[in-house]
Amino acid sequence: MQRRNSRLLIGAGLTVVGALTLSACGSGSGFSSDSATTGGELTSDSSQGLSVLIGSSGDAETAAVNAAVAAWSKTSGTNAEVSVASDLNQQLAQGFAAQKPADVFYLSTDALAGYASNGSLLAYGDNLANKDDFYPSLVSAFTYDGEFYCAPKDFSTLQLLINTDLWAQAGLTDADIPTTWDELATVSATLTTGSQVGLALGSEYARLGAFMAQAGGSLMNEDSTEATANSPENVAGLEYAQTLLNDGVMSYASEIGAGWGGEAFGKQLSAMTIEGNWITGAMTNDFPDVNYTVAELPAGPEGKGTLQFTNCWGIAADSPNQTAALNLVEQLTSKDAQLTFSEEFGPMPSIMSAAAEWKSANPTLVPFLDGADYAQGVPIVKGAADVVSDLNAQLESLKTGNAQAILDSTQKNLQALLK
Amino acid sequence: MSMPARTPHRSGIRGGEAASGWLFTAPMIILLGMFLVIPVLMALWVSFSDWNGRGSPFSGSVAFVGLDNYSALVGGGGLAEQDFGTALRNNAWYVLLVVPIQTTLSLFLAVLVNRQILRGRGFFRTAFYFPSVTSSVAITVLWLFLFSASGAVNKLLSFIGVNGPNWFNDPSGVLHNIFEALGVETGPAVLTGNSFLGISFWEWLAGPSVAMSAFILMAVFTTSGTFMLLFIAALQNLSGDVVEAAIMDGANGWQRFWQVTLPQLRPTLFTVLTLGLIGAWQVFDQIYTGTQGGPGKTTLTPAYLSYQAAFTNQAWGQGAAIAFILFVIIVVFTLFQRWLLAERTVSARRMRLYLKTPTSGGFK
Repeated sequence: MQRRNSRLLIGAGLTVVGALTLSACGSGSGFSSDSATTGGELTSDSSQGLSVLIGSSGDAETAAVNAAVAAWSKTSGTNAEVSVASDLNQQLAQGFAAQKPADVFYLSTDALAGYASNGSLLAYGDNLANKDDFYPSLVSAFTYDGEFYCAPKDFSTLQLLINTDLWAQAGLTDADIPTTWDELATVSATLTTGSQVGLALGSEYARLGAFMAQAGGSLMNEDSTEATANSPENVAGLEYAQTLLNDGVMSYASEIGAGWGGEAFGKQLSAMTIEGNWITGAMTNDFPDVNYTVAELPAGPEGKGTLQFTNCWGIAADSPNQTAALNLVEQLTSKDAQLTFSEEFGPMPSIMSAAAEWKSANPTLVPFLDGADYAQGVPIVKGAADVVSDLNAQLESLKTGNAQAILDSTQKNLQALLK
Repeated sequence: MSMPARTPHRSGIRGGEAASGWLFTAPMIILLGMFLVIPVLMALWVSFSDWNGRGSPFSGSVAFVGLDNYSALVGGGGLAEQDFGTALRNNAWYVLLVVPIQTTLSLFLAVLVNRQILRGRGFFRTAFYFPSVTSSVAITVLWLFLFSASGAVNKLLSFIGVNGPNWFNDPSGVLHNIFEALGVETGPAVLTGNSFLGISFWEWLAGPSVAMSAFILMAVFTTSGTFMLLFIAALQNLSGDVVEAAIMDGANGWQRFWQVTLPQLRPTLFTVLTLGLIGAWQVFDQIYTGTQGGPGKTTLTPAYLSYQAAFTNQAWGQGAAIAFILFVIIVVFTLFQRWLLAERTVSARRMRLYLKTPTSGGFK
């Protein structure tokens, strides 16, 4: 008897401990219901300070965001604390699972669909006072299922960077800056020598996709409801890139021993590269001696085309003080704040009203901002990031591959997501 | 010692033993339960549910979806299956090469540094063990430098006239490259036309990619030291008598190693192979810090895919399902290898050898 009793007791004890553990895990779920995600009624528990989670590119960005948030804190009287994530995706996921997420955070276009579809995000876009000031292409990049989820933080586009010294050495002048595919092929050939290749770029959709855009193609239609990956336009774009690769006038950065296009360009392994405006930081810090200029990417058969990359300020559906969070985001996306950010660590402002001032402050980088008019976003349907990484894997062997077959498999994978 | 006057009415002096036994083990049971058993059970539930990463997986809105997550991986026909197949392919080649090589090498090193006549044994032991105590992240970074296109390894290779590959950026399979050198560019239709887990048999036969080979070298480099230590400990436990007896019987060094020493190391061999298998199937750190699955997904492994599915793609059920399939794979491999290494009665053919009375020269 005694023995059995004590076993029962221990068993019961363990069950209680177990149950406590489980209920602790689920404790946050009491009030959750989806009331917050509709954007109708914002929570405003002003006793709670805000936590801001960012994935920083470096000290300059951290300091700039810290300063901006501190300034807001002072005027609004709401506490706000910035923390820098070492692995943003993982820390966000942990927060959402525990239902104690950061109130305001960086969110990439890749992650939008996943978090929006599981109700973690507050779709506050329509509540923004400066809603109409954002570039329409950026708004559509953060519109999921017809709802504008979050305010674009800033953005980048791809353009052509040219090493001016190597350019002059090859006997080229400003008049030779390529505006068509044929011209690009010609100058690339002229710039290719024994020790350097004309054009180097990363072996991924996020670079080669620009050629597809110039040919008039895209992976999905604008609101990501239809897959258009294996369109003849896309095939033409890839085949053009394939020709350049096989002619030896264009190389993947990895093939010539560089981690990315910027490194190949900075080390003068290539005379040109296709990168976004983030390259300016690397050039200033790592390769200050390389002189370069930025030109718009040449137009393809269907005109100009480039890709855009952007992040937004996400607000959690579980945030207890969404009103303050929204207010903070409005402040952080205001013209002054964005121009300061741009000055401190280089991104381009996501609002049209800041364009003129930004252009006059950065006359050499104007082509990047001009790209906003014709730039194309990445697909935002849930699971698209996987499809794109599969495409990237195949693009690594584009030289020997078949453009049509590569895009056919991408088409199949994208269609599977839409079912 | 004074005994309490009142004794339990039935079981006498040993009455409280069960209770105190439980009491003393309780902290450990609770700790293990909380941090091991419960999380594992939670993950098991997640792998059968449609939990999407928000709130508790036990809340009312999470539904049981049966084997949906598993079937998407092993028969869905989509990208998930293809990725899982690719990850399994990569990791299988990794295991196939890492486990035998590291076991052989560590045993070889152990036998070398265990020799009485070797000078400076301590130095060699430390030197061989050193990579094992260094963090895998640090070693990975070192490897990325060594094996970069213009890195030290390719410099060395260039001295002997070999134009080294662009290691971590080369997605081509080693076996495919060998086939290609022999003039076989594409596989026979029977291999390319049929597939398993979304990738064709020809792709299964690609071998580890050049990038994965660099990781294989790294795994061998880092873990051989650890296992060498296990083998040294086992070697030092062997009694000299048996070896002496073998010498008296006229066995030469080679025979002594294969027929006398190695069979005695069987338990250690089992440990090393099991640990090696588990470690090799769970490879994650190197991939996470080094290549993130690239180039061309050829360094994708199930462990990394599981992480990616859950944390980047919010497919938590699928991520958990991958982890459990991996668990089953490891258990099956361990059981198989346990069966392989089990002590068996000596076969009749072998027995005849022992029954023969050795001549004065031993059996030659």
